[in-house]
Amino acid sequence: MGESILTASQAYIPLEAYILVSLIMFFAGVYGFLVRRSVLLMLISVELMLNAADLNFAAINRYLYPEHSEGFFFALFTIAIAACETAVAIAIFINAYRNLQSVKVNSISTLKE
Amino acid sequence: MAQQVVFIILSLVIAFFSVMAVNSKHVIRSTVYLLFVFLATAGLYLLLGYYYLFGVQVAVYAGGIMILFIFAIFLTNKPIDYETTKLPVSKIIAALTAVGGIALSAHVVYYNIRRVATLGPIADLNPQQLGHVMLGTEKYNYLLAFETLSVLLLACVVGAITVARKR
Amino acid sequence: MQYALVILLLPLLNFLVTGLMDTRWKARVAGTISTVAIAVITLLSYVTAYEYFTTRFQDGSYQAFIPFELNWLRFTDTLQVQLGLLLDPISVMMLVVVTTVSLMVHLYSLSYMKGERGFERYYAFLSLFTFSMLGLVVATNIFQMYIFWELVGVSSYLLIGFYYTRPAAVAAAKKAFIVTRFADLFFLAGILLLSYYTQTFDFTALTSGDGRMFGTIGSLTFMGGSVLSWAMALIFIGGAGKSALFPLHIWLPDAMEGPTPVSALIHAATMVVAGVYLVARLFPVYAVQTPEVLHGIAYTGLFTALFSAVIACVQTDIKRVLAFSTISQIGFMMVGLGVSGYGAHEGLGYMASLFHLFTHAMFKALLFLGAGSVIHAVHSNSMDDMGQLRKRMPVTHLTFLVACLAIAGIPPFSGFFSKDEILAAAFHFSPPVGWILSGIAGLTAFYMFRLYYNIFWNDKPPTSRHAEHPVHESPALMTLPLIVLALITLVAGFIPFGRFVTSDRGLYTISLDWQVAASSILIALAGIGLATVLYRRNNDKPARLKLKFAGLHEAATHRFYIDEIYLFLTKKVVFNSISRPLAWFDRHIVDGFMNLLATVSNRVSVRIKGIQSGHIQQYAWVFLFATLAIAGILLFVV
Repeated sequence: MGESILTASQAYIPLEAYILVSLIMFFAGVYGFLVRRSVLLMLISVELMLNAADLNFAAINRYLYPEHSEGFFFALFTIAIAACETAVAIAIFINAYRNLQSVKVNSISTLKE
Repeated sequence: MAQQVVFIILSLVIAFFSVMAVNSKHVIRSTVYLLFVFLATAGLYLLLGYYYLFGVQVAVYAGGIMILFIFAIFLTNKPIDYETTKLPVSKIIAALTAVGGIALSAHVVYYNIRRVATLGPIADLNPQQLGHVMLGTEKYNYLLAFETLSVLLLACVVGAITVARKR
Repeated sequence: MQYALVILLLPLLNFLVTGLMDTRWKARVAGTISTVAIAVITLLSYVTAYEYFTTRFQDGSYQAFIPFELNWLRFTDTLQVQLGLLLDPISVMMLVVVTTVSLMVHLYSLSYMKGERGFERYYAFLSLFTFSMLGLVVATNIFQMYIFWELVGVSSYLLIGFYYTRPAAVAAAKKAFIVTRFADLFFLAGILLLSYYTQTFDFTALTSGDGRMFGTIGSLTFMGGSVLSWAMALIFIGGAGKSALFPLHIWLPDAMEGPTPVSALIHAATMVVAGVYLVARLFPVYAVQTPEVLHGIAYTGLFTALFSAVIACVQTDIKRVLAFSTISQIGFMMVGLGVSGYGAHEGLGYMASLFHLFTHAMFKALLFLGAGSVIHAVHSNSMDDMGQLRKRMPVTHLTFLVACLAIAGIPPFSGFFSKDEILAAAFHFSPPVGWILSGIAGLTAFYMFRLYYNIFWNDKPPTSRHAEHPVHESPALMTLPLIVLALITLVAGFIPFGRFVTSDRGLYTISLDWQVAASSILIALAGIGLATVLYRRNNDKPARLKLKFAGLHEAATHRFYIDEIYLFLTKKVVFNSISRPLAWFDRHIVDGFMNLLATVSNRVSVRIKGIQSGHIQQYAWVFLFATLAIAGILLFVV
């Protein structure tokens, strides 16, 4: 613990701090995905998780391999994919809402048949 | 020192609003909280020295995706649409699981990340380099991914329109 | 004599043509084609017989001749099956018999079956039968014979079940097929035993009189008899099944459900004598190697003849009477074979038996066709519906009388000569057998004339059927075969049969044993006289006699309950003790295991169906916990 304080008092932010932030974000997303019944909120949770992953990519790239830029690009592509995913997901929700008058996840289970 | 302060503020904002976003009763509020999270994350990118990523984050997430969410909410939700029925048990279990997950991951991180990792000199790519890497065909270049992504985007546009349009 | 092959191929071709012919063609065309084809092969058979008997007599005996042989199935170097034509006295004689009767039946059916549904089908089956019967007759080896044997069984099945809309006909066809097939199982076992030890299927080799090939099989014993005896006995059981010998006779009376011409062809003249032919074909083996089996055959034949003659006395269905009469006469033939020895003079029974086969085929076909003519006119099978027909159907009446006299054994009709030879051979073998056989001959005369008087004389009160359909003589196409067969019956007795067919293929001059002949004529006349007294006019004597022997009459009417015994054996004993446990095992253990698998899968599926709820959050839960569990295990356990 003392070591952590020592590290924290130094002039830069440790990698673990970034990862901890992204962890909190990620598990907030997990929690939301598990307990929320509205598909929109579930989508929000997914976005949180994706965002946490982006942050991880960027931070680890920056700290461990500053001479490369893979993490950076992965974060970039992930953002693009998240945008796509959100667009399609919302299209599906709108369609489902039109058919079922609800965006509750429990009511959207007819696909199993 | 100033960086640390900024980081702590941003971290607290992220942590707080993440939790708030998934716990809020109103969907619209959740969305606003999510916006704050995204903006704070963008701030962290800035702190890391990734200015381009900061821009993309603000533009795509905080801009585009947020707008999509808000539209979706307006289109789908009834005026008053609260989350009512909820088993507290499952909430508690989920919360405990999430905390357990954080603990587990933190444990891994704490014992496995090299402490020697330091923040080196800022090595952001300028837009020209970025373009070269993005459209290059050499090693560590991403032409294929870039083009695949463009096809994916097109497919998503078509797909979203097809799915959402009235029959 | 290569043209003999045509005799075999033409009916097959005809079967294919008529069988595949479009039903829109006029039925008449099928009948005409078939009849012409049969006429051609009948002519060819006569030519073959003439040429064979005039040219193949060398060194004091008729030489077997194989004009055609094909290596058909070649399993290994030692196991090969040939397909060919064997011409020797008995096969040539059978060719003549089969084609003649077949031609008569074909002609007769043109009129008899007119307007029936499936007329061309009928002719196709008749052709198939003719083909298979001829193939059986000319088989060069026992395997070929077996194959045609089965084909004969199939065509018999098809023809018995010709009126397939009638449940009785279907049941009769099934019964005939199952019973003969059951007997054929023994036949096959016998064939396999015999050919396994002798290394050959070939009749020529088996009957060559070379005793060396039976060295191994003759010296092996099994349950008190040599394996050869067992093999020959098994083969005989196959023959007994086809020839309807007791106790495998039960199918033949029921087979009368088929069209009457079919009964005349298959169940009187040709197929049912296949067993006799089989024993005659392997006669040198029976006579020289296994005389004890031959004696068994004689006693089986004797009992069958007596048994069915008694039953024939009380049946009222005229076709049933003829059916039991056929069984009885086949018993006669079997006795003839059984009491015979091998050699010129010893082989009297053999010659007599085949002579009787020949004459019986003619007059029994005549009887059946005559009965068919009567049935055609009266529209009933029962003799209670008949009577006083002699003036209305003069041709049928006369020809029927000729046949009755022939079967009763009155000279100069053919049956007298052949039966007399059998009786002489039986007396030579053992006097008691001879006397019993003579008694059966008397019974034969009695029941045949009972039938005759009941149909053509007895002035019973006419039934309603007579009033609706005035009974008249059948058309010329039906009476012509009757006349032809009656003429043959008249003259066939004077054929010097011993000059053609003897056990060692030599020559033998028939000499009438006047002592035997006189006694048999007297017994026959006594039988006829009794029948005349009882049945010529309507009186109450038969009824009184019936009351006096009520038990015997009842038993005989029910055919001595043999069918009931079979039903008891199959339904109660076999079904209950074997089939039912097996069925239980199949249903509960074999099926049960499969059902268990299905049930378990089903239950498990129902249980785990909840997991596939379609609720994505449940999946997420499972996924999350699994991930955390795996991560935990990897971190802290491994």
